[in-house]
Amino acid sequence: MSTVLPAADSLTTPSPLPVPARAGRSLWQDAWARLRKNHLAVVCGVVLIAIVLICFIGPFLTGWNPETTNLALKASPPGTAETLTDGSVRTHLLGTDTLGRDLLTRIMRGGQVSLMVGMVATGVALLIGVAYGAAAGYLGGRTDAVMMRAVDVLYALPFMIFVILLTTMFGKSMLLMYIAIGAVEWLTMSRIVRAQVQGLARQEFVDAARSLGLSTAVILRRHIIPNVLGPVIVYATLTVPAVMLLEAALSFLGLGVQPPDSSWGTLIDDGATNMETSVWLLAWPAAFFSVTLFCLNFVGDGLRDALDVRSGKD
Amino acid sequence: MSAVLDVKDLQVSFHTRNGVVRAVDKVSLKVEAGQTVGIVGESGSGKSVTCYSLLGLIPSPPGKIEGGSAMFGGMDLLKLPEKELQKVRGSRISMIFQDPMTSLNPFLKIGTQLVEPLRLHKGMDKAAAWKQGIEALKEVGIPEAATRMDQYPHEFSGGMRQRVMIAMALITRPELLIADEPTTALDVTIQQQVLDLIKDLQKRLGIAVVFITHDLAVVHEVCDVVNVMYAGRLVESAPAAELFAHPRHAYTRALMRSIPALQKKGEPLYTIPGLPPDLSHLPAGCSFRPRQTPDRQLLCLRDQRPPLVEVSPGHWAQACPGCVEGGILS
Amino acid sequence: MLRFTLNRLAQSIAVVFLVFTITFFMIRLTDGDPFASPKAMPPDVRKVLVERYGLDKPLPVQYFTTMGSYLKGDLLPSMSYQGMWNTKIIKDAFPISLIIGVAALGVALALGLPAGIIAAVKKNTWLDFGPMSLALIGICLPTFVMGPLLIMLFGLKWRLLNVAGWFEKTDWILPAVTMGLIYGAYIARMTRGGMLEVLNQDYIRTARAKGVPGWKVVMGHALRGGLLPVVAFLGPALAGITTGSFIIEKIFNLPGLGQHFVSSVFNRDYSLILALVVLYAAVLVVVNFLTDILIAWLNPKVRLS
Repeated sequence: MSTVLPAADSLTTPSPLPVPARAGRSLWQDAWARLRKNHLAVVCGVVLIAIVLICFIGPFLTGWNPETTNLALKASPPGTAETLTDGSVRTHLLGTDTLGRDLLTRIMRGGQVSLMVGMVATGVALLIGVAYGAAAGYLGGRTDAVMMRAVDVLYALPFMIFVILLTTMFGKSMLLMYIAIGAVEWLTMSRIVRAQVQGLARQEFVDAARSLGLSTAVILRRHIIPNVLGPVIVYATLTVPAVMLLEAALSFLGLGVQPPDSSWGTLIDDGATNMETSVWLLAWPAAFFSVTLFCLNFVGDGLRDALDVRSGKD
Repeated sequence: MSAVLDVKDLQVSFHTRNGVVRAVDKVSLKVEAGQTVGIVGESGSGKSVTCYSLLGLIPSPPGKIEGGSAMFGGMDLLKLPEKELQKVRGSRISMIFQDPMTSLNPFLKIGTQLVEPLRLHKGMDKAAAWKQGIEALKEVGIPEAATRMDQYPHEFSGGMRQRVMIAMALITRPELLIADEPTTALDVTIQQQVLDLIKDLQKRLGIAVVFITHDLAVVHEVCDVVNVMYAGRLVESAPAAELFAHPRHAYTRALMRSIPALQKKGEPLYTIPGLPPDLSHLPAGCSFRPRQTPDRQLLCLRDQRPPLVEVSPGHWAQACPGCVEGGILS
Repeated sequence: MLRFTLNRLAQSIAVVFLVFTITFFMIRLTDGDPFASPKAMPPDVRKVLVERYGLDKPLPVQYFTTMGSYLKGDLLPSMSYQGMWNTKIIKDAFPISLIIGVAALGVALALGLPAGIIAAVKKNTWLDFGPMSLALIGICLPTFVMGPLLIMLFGLKWRLLNVAGWFEKTDWILPAVTMGLIYGAYIARMTRGGMLEVLNQDYIRTARAKGVPGWKVVMGHALRGGLLPVVAFLGPALAGITTGSFIIEKIFNLPGLGQHFVSSVFNRDYSLILALVVLYAAVLVVVNFLTDILIAWLNPKVRLS
């Protein structure tokens, strides 16, 4: 009288027993594997490297001097050939600007400036933000409250205005301009670092380390810093485009990089003034700039996913 | 007695990047009017997915109902279009969930959430619904119900929130209540109160309850019929008294041995060796085989899924020679 | 709530005061002064001007007299626009910046919110990928690229709108759309993120288990929580839009506050710089204040604590 409930099983092929868990991989290896799976981020990373190489090596290959003017070839379209004094012919791949300078070489040279500003200013922001945030998070208590309150107040200040004031004060020196931009971009970084440090300081493995008699310096180096590194890297990657945008905006306003130097911002400014007659003067610098920002944002997003970093808000 | 809910051969799988996960594999169960039916199993055994899929609450994709039927009031829930299913949910079948801290909307007043089923399904106006909401809160033992209606979830304790969830589930007087681990997230002292409340209301309102839990002690207390699930399959099903007196399947017995309360003092607590299998790579044959002792493993079915058979009247067990104790009637 | 409001109010006043002080001293550190104009000024004329604006007095004295007149609501005369009062300059220019800023925010919200909500609800379909790809492009196109692009299309090619200037009733459209597109892209991404997080919450499952229809789950149960990050972003967004007006006003050649600010910095017009910076700070502070109140209104947990 056995009643068999209908349970005919089609799964007759013998399947292997559960696969053992993947062999232990470090957090970084794991993150690297995840990042590589994100094709868009990888492509963007490659494009970024290409842009950096083009900007820093390219000027030697084009053969043009970014400052040499040729009033006979003012604002000539891409592909215009120029006969040099020795009789040889060389083309301006992306055309020339209103003073007859080779646009491609100028874009490369401008890119050097823009990328440098992005990196140096981010470095400054990183330095201030990490030091401030780590101090606030580690000291905790009243000190932390006061320090973070100060950050809140600074957040409410109109940044762009202060950058403009700072750059007019220090306008003569490019380095000081980098520092000025970096000095206003550190706030978010300090918040992220503080949140991380504070969260970690309360965690059990830190208590365990402390109970084992490890010194503060060792705890910081071995436990806190490796854990804070992920968010810092991610946010630094996302700060670079923000800084570059700021620099370009300043240069566009005529308050940043001063002639004869150029950056992508000044080139776009030139291009915008002449776009009715010579559209390539706007299109190419803008394309380089936008593609770079696009790639930086994507690599940053990819890193965030790969390192599994939550947004900076607590 | 007529069955309120009759589920036959329910099959649910999740199509993930790592392959197809067979979360529920040909599960059948019946719920009679006024009965409390327990579904027991470890996390990941498919007990929650079984119930969610009945109400169309599994995320889809990746979830997909592959087959089976679920008859409720003359309709097959699995074939009902979403619009019709909405009319059943919260009106004729209600649910309460595991974590009352996250199951209530923190942005809406308790009252607004509580009376929503009335407004949706009974077409009540705001004032009348609100009035009935106050009554519902009183019914589940919440003091100062009228003021509580205007408060927000974060002003309630965990136990109180679960009472609100129960009031919300029962406010439309459904025929069936599905309780998904309703006491797991609560303090031990509160657990008993909530269990008593559910039992009491069930008796008073005469509703059928499906009680999902991993806690056999709770099952013992509230259920009439118990279904034990393992790795997406039903391994044993019997009236509660019968199951606790004569557990037949090796997994059920292992579960019972690991209840602390049934353990002799001083003996180390029994734990089932190994882990539940990966549902995307189920072993062929008996799914409990990898966790059996070596000599028993030899007896387990290897190439064929063990059928559910009635080992004694009303008592069904998966007939795997290595797992069933006490022989199979045939 | 009252305590919270008073607290924020005190903080706002402190911020404006701080901005006033920092700016006052910072602009004095720059090289050059208001009267170092290209054409050398006769020394006696210069002396008269310096005395008229009180620049010969010790710095602390200047600071306190300036603060005194600000407290009385007198923003002092400009140093570069001879004979013009700062209040009058602001009165003429502020409406232009305000109209464009508010319109830009309107465009941004009108585009960003629906796009973000739909993308979150229809996750991983073309209704998600399409708008989100556009949003990414929007984020990476700075205003000074987007602006000229729109000018080329609408102004030069189709000749629908004026390329620059502030003459016709339609002149706000292009500047506002330029900024609105970019901030709309940010808002779309933020809305999508916020909504996705909320739609995964247990209480959304509860709502569905109650039989709430799909669109009502989104609008009635998910929206409030999902919009919180967007509301928190409104403050910074408006800050960006007001200060972003420097660039927009240059591109479209609008006589707004931004143009005055940039030229006042070039001219080292101490008095006009100070007036404008304090005005910007005040606007930001008010916006942040309103944002906080909006958040408190949306989130009962904040409201009641």
